[in-house]
This record gives sequence, structure tokens and C-alpha cells, in this order.
Amino acid sequence: MSAPEPGTRPQGRIIFEDVSKFYGEVLGVNRVHLSIPPGITSLVGPNGSGKTTLMNLMTGLVRPTNGYISVLGMAPDEPEQLFRAVGYCTQFDSFPRGLTGYQFVYSYLRLFGYPHARARELAAAAIERVGLTDAAERKIAAYSKGMRQRIKLAQAICHNPSVLVLDEPLNGLDPLIRAETIALFRTLAADGLHVIISSHVLHEVDVISDQVVLLSNGYVVAEGKIQGVRDEIQEHPMQILIRCDKPGALASQVFKDDCVVEVRIHTDRQGVLVKTRDADRFYLLLNHIAQDGINIESVAPADDDVLSVYEYLIGTEESTK
Amino acid sequence: MSTSGLSSGGAGSSELRNKLPNLSFRGATSDEESRTAAWALWRAQIRAILRLELRKTLFARRGVWIYLLAFAPFVLFAGHSFYDLKTGQVADIGEDTHVFAAVFQFFFLRLSIFFGCVGIFMNLFRGEVLEKSLHYYFLAPVRRSVLVAGKFLSGFIAAGLIFGTSTVLQFLALYWQFDSTVRQEYFYHGHGLNHLAVYLGVALLACLGYGSVFLAAGVLFRNPLIPTLVVLIWEAISGFLPTLLQNFSVIFYLKSLCPVSVPPDISLDRGNPLALIAVNPTPASVITAVLGLMMLSIAVLIFSSLKVRHMEIDYGTE
Repeated sequence: MSAPEPGTRPQGRIIFEDVSKFYGEVLGVNRVHLSIPPGITSLVGPNGSGKTTLMNLMTGLVRPTNGYISVLGMAPDEPEQLFRAVGYCTQFDSFPRGLTGYQFVYSYLRLFGYPHARARELAAAAIERVGLTDAAERKIAAYSKGMRQRIKLAQAICHNPSVLVLDEPLNGLDPLIRAETIALFRTLAADGLHVIISSHVLHEVDVISDQVVLLSNGYVVAEGKIQGVRDEIQEHPMQILIRCDKPGALASQVFKDDCVVEVRIHTDRQGVLVKTRDADRFYLLLNHIAQDGINIESVAPADDDVLSVYEYLIGTEESTK
Repeated sequence: MSTSGLSSGGAGSSELRNKLPNLSFRGATSDEESRTAAWALWRAQIRAILRLELRKTLFARRGVWIYLLAFAPFVLFAGHSFYDLKTGQVADIGEDTHVFAAVFQFFFLRLSIFFGCVGIFMNLFRGEVLEKSLHYYFLAPVRRSVLVAGKFLSGFIAAGLIFGTSTVLQFLALYWQFDSTVRQEYFYHGHGLNHLAVYLGVALLACLGYGSVFLAAGVLFRNPLIPTLVVLIWEAISGFLPTLLQNFSVIFYLKSLCPVSVPPDISLDRGNPLALIAVNPTPASVITAVLGLMMLSIAVLIFSSLKVRHMEIDYGTE
């Protein structure tokens, strides 16, 4: 997800070139360069970091103060073309008055110009996909928070967009529906869609994302695949958890190597937590140790999740907001 | 509530995408076909907007006051007719025609339709911003100018239905007290039907003129009170303004079109010292008045479209 060279804008991507947005004197986002490929991309950051602003910018709900945005080659200020390819599930929890769930999606499709029968068919399919068929004829005003979230999702996917923008889509969903919604996102991403998700729940993002964009105070602080981002953080040694049958022996052996900066026996005494500045060298070392009679059950990075990366880059305080 | 889970299977996106109708007019082979396809799409979109907006405007509980305002003269005239019939008083059809003209010009046009249009048209955009639901339209592939046209049309149809119906009912209620032969004579051989048609036309033109002004005000201003007061004062003082400036008021054209002038003895100007400084320009001709109002409305709507085209969704500042 690197910034494109001028004049070489890929058509199948969502592109931000030096985009800034100020609300009066308040900074929304500043000097954003992104090129987002298909797959699930998560915008991660605390409240006020600029996630929603980025989403509103790419859907034309707000205009950039500076810079250029392109969504699959389309400008966001051309809604008549853009929204045939883009579906946006906003965070706004308000709906046109008096509509049922079905009418909400159906009326939206009629705005596309679809005839009655086709709009009906698409609305029913989208509502079924989010599991709201039984509640479709009820007024949205009587929906629970989770149901309102799902009907908004149905609205966003009903016209089968190529880009799906989802602002905190898992808010208010119970664990079962949450898991099913994540599965739906994965299916859509596997179909070749761009699925852009914002979330401030970092462990959730870890499960979903192909790539992440980390935001803080309106700035993009890191972006790319989460492991790649983690690898680039030099000042924090990589943490690796090794499960083995002789943690004491393993600890004394690995500590001899100068690439290892810290070794701790795990609290359950079934493994060792190692901090190293050179993970590749450490893995080679571990291969040698494994041949010396220590039975190694598993080796796994312990801090290449979004939470750890975010804490390293932004600080603990903000990541827990 | 459904207990069934989300379906990540079923019809895949690509499969469904293949079933999409070719609504885009970019692929059309000639300019003529492009234009035809574009107009067909815009008509369909305007119909969809009308369906949503008419329901909201005509059946909203918060709009009850508009009905009360619109049908107050009808209640007044019906009461008047009923009282005359009950007490056996003989009414004068000429006098009642002037009473109707006065109520129509001073109450119906200046208050009922004026404030009714504030309620209907100001809410088309401003109301949606306050309810945080405008993004529903902004997230659809609808040209913003088509959205303005659709919303204005829905407001005009709703206002036209309410105030047009009221005009007809007022007219019928006022003349209901007369003997059927007098009524028939007045309606079919006198000016009755002609006057009714003209009053109906004036009411609709008032909805058009005030509607466009208040739609624009709803787009431009956060507080509807300010533009309402400004337009109200402008319309009220327009009679005292130089002739040239009177051309920029909606009421000037509407008054010019009314079939019956309000005689001085029942005019609000009677005994009013300000009447001395009132300027009475020559009324505009029918063509000038109708075209003037239409041009004013079109100009204001074009301006509104440009503003809406650059409008951002920022509910947080409301």
C-alpha cells in the first residue's frame, strides 16, 4: 500500500494523494497518501484519529481541503457514477422517518433507477444476507442497535458494489452475528471487493484484515500488512513465545546469543518468552537448539498483532481509549 | 427478529452484478440514445424521491399545523355560510366575492401559504440535516441537481395538494349558502368558475415562488427563523418600496394575478397612515407575472442545485 507515482494511478485501487481535510481550523486528516488494493483494509485508530473523515472523503460526503482522491478511477464528487460501485455503511444511526427495514433498502434501490421487481429482488437478497428477513417488515424505529447496524449493512451491499466502506460495522452486534458478519466480509473480499473497515477495537481488526492503516490525530502513522508494519518497528524488539518441555534449558541457551535482549520463563513454566532484535537470526539459532534435545512444540510471534503495533507506534494511552 | 445467521454464500456478488440492468448511459451508442437514457434514469430517480418525500410531507404528524393553517379560511367560510343559512340572512354575492378576495390576499397568500411553504420546503434539506438522514440520498447514485429537482417537485405537489384543495373548498364553502340558481348562474354564466381557476392558479404559483425561496433558505441557513423573518418583512414592506424593487417580491406578482382587487373599504390599508406612502405600481400583466415567478423559481433552484452540489455531510456541527 505505497503512495503511487504521479501519473501512474492504478485504476483498480482507492487512491489518496496528499489529501488533507480541515473542518475550519480543526484538523480532520493531514497529508494522507494511500493506495488501497482489493481485500479487507482496516482503518485503525482511537476516536478522533480521522477514520470516519477518510471514509467520508472517499465517498464524497466531505470534500478534501487539499489533494486528490480516486476510487477505482472515479472522483468522489460524482455520486451518479461512484455509488453504483460503492456501498457505504455509515456510523450515522438515523434513518428516513417511518420506513420499515425492507422499505429502507427497497427505496434506496429505487433511487438507483431499478424497476420495482428488480429492486424488490435485490432488497430481499440483501436483507437475507444480513439475516433480517423475519424483521424486514417491521419499522426501523423498533429495531435494536444490532438490527439497525445490519439493515445499514444490507443497504450498503444491496446493489453489489465493488467497494464496501464500513464505519464501525461490528458495533452493537452480538458475538454470533459478529462472527457471521466477519465471515460475510471475508466472502466479499474473496470475491475481489475492496472492503474498507474502520474500527477502534484492535483485536477485532487483527482477525479481519488483509492490511491496516494506523491513524493518530489525523495522520497515517503506518500502513500495510500488519506483519510488515511490525517488522519495520526497529526500536521495539520482537517478542517470540516458544512452547517447549525444558524452558529453563532453552532460556540459558538462547541468552548466550547477542541477538537476544531478554528471556523470560512463561508464567505457566511451559515455555519461554524471548525478545530479539533479529528474528531471522533467532529462528536459525532455534533450529540448532532444537537438535540439542529440547522438544519445541510451537514458536509464535507474541507481538505482531495490531494492538501491539499500535501501542509501539502511538502509545498505550491512546490505543486503549 | 430473525434468528437465522448471515449468509455469506447464496448469490455471489459477481453473479448478482451480471443481473444489473444497464442503467448507465455512458455506454450508449449515440448522443440521442445517451440523452434518452439519462432522462429515463432521472425520471425514475425523481419518482423514487417523490415516493419517499410525499409520504413524509403529507402524513407527518409534525405537519398538522400546516393543514390547520391551510384549512382555517375554509372553516371560516363554512361557518359564515352556515350562520347565514341558520339565521336566514340574505348574503350579497358581490360583497362575498370581495371578502373572499381580501381573505385570499391578506390571510391565505401572506400567512397560510407563506408559512406553509416555510414548513414544507425549508424541511426538504434543513429538516434532513437536523434529523441526520440526508446522507441516505447522498449515498445514492443520484445527481445532486436531480435530488434538488425531485425534492422541490415533491414539496410543490404536497403544497399544491394542500393549498389547492383548500382554495377549492373555501370557494365552495363561501358560495354554498346561496340558492342553487344563484350559484349556478354565478359559477357557469358569471365569473365563478373563472375566478376559481385563477385563484387556484395563484395559489399554485405562490407555492412555486415561496417554495423555491424557502428551499434555497433551507440549504443556505442553519436557523430557519432568520430567512423566514427576512422574507416576511420584505414581502410585507414591498408595497412601500419603489416600483422597481416591488418586482423582486413574490406577492407583487401574485396580487397582480388575483381576479378581484380588494376594495379600499375592506383593505387593510384603510385608515392606515402608511397607506399614504404606499406605492401602487401598475400590476404586472398575466404573462409577466407568471413568467416572472417561474423565472424567479428556476433561478433560485439553479442556485440551490449549485449549493447542494458542494454540500457536505457534517452533522456534528449542527
